[in-house]
Amino acid sequence: MFVYILRRLSQTALVLAITSVLVFGGLYLVGDPVEILVNPSADQIEKERAAAALGLDKPIHEQYLTFVKGAFTGNLGNSFVYARPALEVIFERMPATLELAFLAMVIAVVLGIPLGLYAGLRPASPVSKAIMAGSILGFSLPTFWVGLILIIVFAVQLGWLPSTGRGPTTEFLGLQLSILNAEGLRYALLPAVNLALFKLSLIIRLTRAQVREQSLLDYIKFARAKGLSTRRVIGVHLLKNIMIPLVTVIGLELGSVIAFAVVTETIFAWPGMGKLVIDSIFQLDRPVVVAYLLVVVFMFILINLVVDLLYSILDPRVRLADVKS
Amino acid sequence: MLRTFHRAAGAAILSLALGVSAHAADLTIGLSTPVTSLDPHFHNLTPNNSLGRHVFETLVRQDESQRMQPGLAESWKAINDLEWEIKLRKGVKFHNGQNFTADDVIATFKRVPNVPNSPASFAFFVRPIVEIKAVDPLTLRLKTDKPHPLLPNDMGAVMILPKSVAETAKTEDFNSGKAMIGTGPYRLVEYVAGDRVVLKRNDAYYGQKPAWENVRFKMIPSAPARVAALLAGDVQMIEGVPTADIAKLSKDSRVSVSSAVSNRIIYLHMDSGREKNSPFVTTTDGKPMEANPLRDPRVRRAISKMIDRDTIVSRIMEGQGVPAGQLLPEQFFGTSKTLKPEKYDPEGAKKLLAEAGYPNGFGLTLHAPNNRYINDAQIAQAVAQYLSRNGIPTKLETMPSNVFFSRGSKLEFSFLLAGWGAETGETSSPLRALLASFDQKAGLGTANRGRFSDPGVDALLTQALTTIDDTKRGIMLARASDKAVGELMGLVPLHYEVSTWATRKDMAYKARADQYTFAFETRPAK
Repeated sequence: MFVYILRRLSQTALVLAITSVLVFGGLYLVGDPVEILVNPSADQIEKERAAAALGLDKPIHEQYLTFVKGAFTGNLGNSFVYARPALEVIFERMPATLELAFLAMVIAVVLGIPLGLYAGLRPASPVSKAIMAGSILGFSLPTFWVGLILIIVFAVQLGWLPSTGRGPTTEFLGLQLSILNAEGLRYALLPAVNLALFKLSLIIRLTRAQVREQSLLDYIKFARAKGLSTRRVIGVHLLKNIMIPLVTVIGLELGSVIAFAVVTETIFAWPGMGKLVIDSIFQLDRPVVVAYLLVVVFMFILINLVVDLLYSILDPRVRLADVKS
Repeated sequence: MLRTFHRAAGAAILSLALGVSAHAADLTIGLSTPVTSLDPHFHNLTPNNSLGRHVFETLVRQDESQRMQPGLAESWKAINDLEWEIKLRKGVKFHNGQNFTADDVIATFKRVPNVPNSPASFAFFVRPIVEIKAVDPLTLRLKTDKPHPLLPNDMGAVMILPKSVAETAKTEDFNSGKAMIGTGPYRLVEYVAGDRVVLKRNDAYYGQKPAWENVRFKMIPSAPARVAALLAGDVQMIEGVPTADIAKLSKDSRVSVSSAVSNRIIYLHMDSGREKNSPFVTTTDGKPMEANPLRDPRVRRAISKMIDRDTIVSRIMEGQGVPAGQLLPEQFFGTSKTLKPEKYDPEGAKKLLAEAGYPNGFGLTLHAPNNRYINDAQIAQAVAQYLSRNGIPTKLETMPSNVFFSRGSKLEFSFLLAGWGAETGETSSPLRALLASFDQKAGLGTANRGRFSDPGVDALLTQALTTIDDTKRGIMLARASDKAVGELMGLVPLHYEVSTWATRKDMAYKARADQYTFAFETRPAK
């Protein structure tokens, strides 16, 4: 087990190195940050000054080398726009994104699994059909449109919830979180629902498909034949077996919700990382983009590792200790 | 359980009611672009400059039409071609209680070129000054290396700090709020990057007292969300109203809309530099062409005649633009009184093309940004279609502005659409950036991506840039515009953007040409 985790982490380092080269090179090809950052009326003296101030006057491989040297000391460079360490800029926004993603996933899982179970166990009932029809909508309606409709209905027409922004924050374990107080939760509700909708549909459909497949298998029949209560058959035997694909998907989706909440963040003016990285790409703020992608890649790898570890708990046949591959 | 729920619901409804009846003296404004730094000398960027002017002030102030008004300076005059005397306002206090004097200005000017890691500094505005001294605490004497008539305009760009701050503060001290000490009508309360800025009225302010005690700026970059926030009452004012919503908002009884023509022109630049093999000039069937027809002023005028500006403005811009015939709207300083927007005239265009030796036209590709100007991609599409219909088959390629400007400045295009905002509020700004011959050292033609060059225009401009007398300079600039745009069509003007603000009905904003959003100029409606 320990060896396994160690090996996985060493692979991580390689992936991070490759990512940094790709992003660095890619942004270099996109354009010259100085052209975007300086005032359009700036003359050559000002452009050269800005290039020197940002370290852009050196050849690209030297810039990369400087970056790598810094990276080993935990410094991924200073943001061009904010003149602060890129990681600091990202981590400052991270709690906002994390809490939104977390709330969205909670909504998706808490509603999705029971609804999917129901639809899978009683596929013919009208309620199940309604659930499935709803999930198709959740899948196919574009997020930005749903977000705007939510704002129009709940903020503009009904006036129940605030239209945009993040509510007051309270400190929790050193993080500034807004979902721990009632007022903050009101602000978070619409964006979280908007973000959850797609994941919710996904989980409903996946759960239903799994339930339909598994409930025909012998072990379920056997459990029933043995005289176990329906509750136990579903709650213990069935649920445990459908959890494996679900955990994989939930894990990956959690990652993608954190990394790509940008549409929702933009519409609801939620001050998270997604909005930051889009702005940074437009302004060619390379240190922030590179640092962000490294953080995201690292996060994905970590989530995958956790998912793999969860497998071994859920399915005793999976052994992680001595994988020969 | 149920009871807790009821209690929670009750609390929610109560807080809702409180939220609605926010204090009448408070104002919340939805901004379209995030403020990236509070350091007034760190990044020369519209949202930063606009916010900074709530806390700090400049020597010269620009009014809503960018005319110069006294700010921290009561008056200024040129003593001779190289020397200026500036009289400072008496009895002005910084937020920390210190008196404002000439020393503060001197210390500020010293700081401006030396802000570390600045991506876009204000050094440009103080560079012409070679010597600055205080004659007495309220009189400054400035000396420039050569005659510099734009000195007052430049003084309108630099926000003044107290000496103690100017000498020690770093950029992070402003962002943390520690160094946010100015003379302006508001003080900083809180800044959360990418989210909000909260201000409180400075009751010791010497000028007109702002109507709002507490002001909160919220960054809402998505345009429809900004409109929704206004309609929901979460904000009382927004900037950058999307063109598609203006008609609807104007009819809404809860909202009033104010707009003003801005200092930004949208124009087409044509490759008039390369004698042959311009990269995107082809024959009508798309084969490479050696000759460069864009060098011929008649061809450039023909292109101008092929475009129906009125239709672009009314259909694509929904009326939020004004057809352009020169570099700035007529009411600005140094504009020509004779240049009018070119009429749509396909016949005349054909005749000009034939005269120039291209009776059957030629092929072009238009390059344009798709996220920089109001409806930029749609405008470019319309232009390409007008040209294609009238004998110049034109392909269109749009791209994000970060790619566009890098490639454009490397002269990779033959025909491009771009915009220029005249920060100084007068004609020398677009003339020297867009139409002066490219000269890296002199800082001329910095955005001349068509490499237009004419010795006559250069001579007029150089002369104007060293003429202190305003009347004479105005005439020279107008003549330079007549020649560069009217006669030689160094660029094809399309329209001036109109900037729009929307407020709740019970207040009004005096719309500004420089796109700044000022809480202190928002007033309750009478």
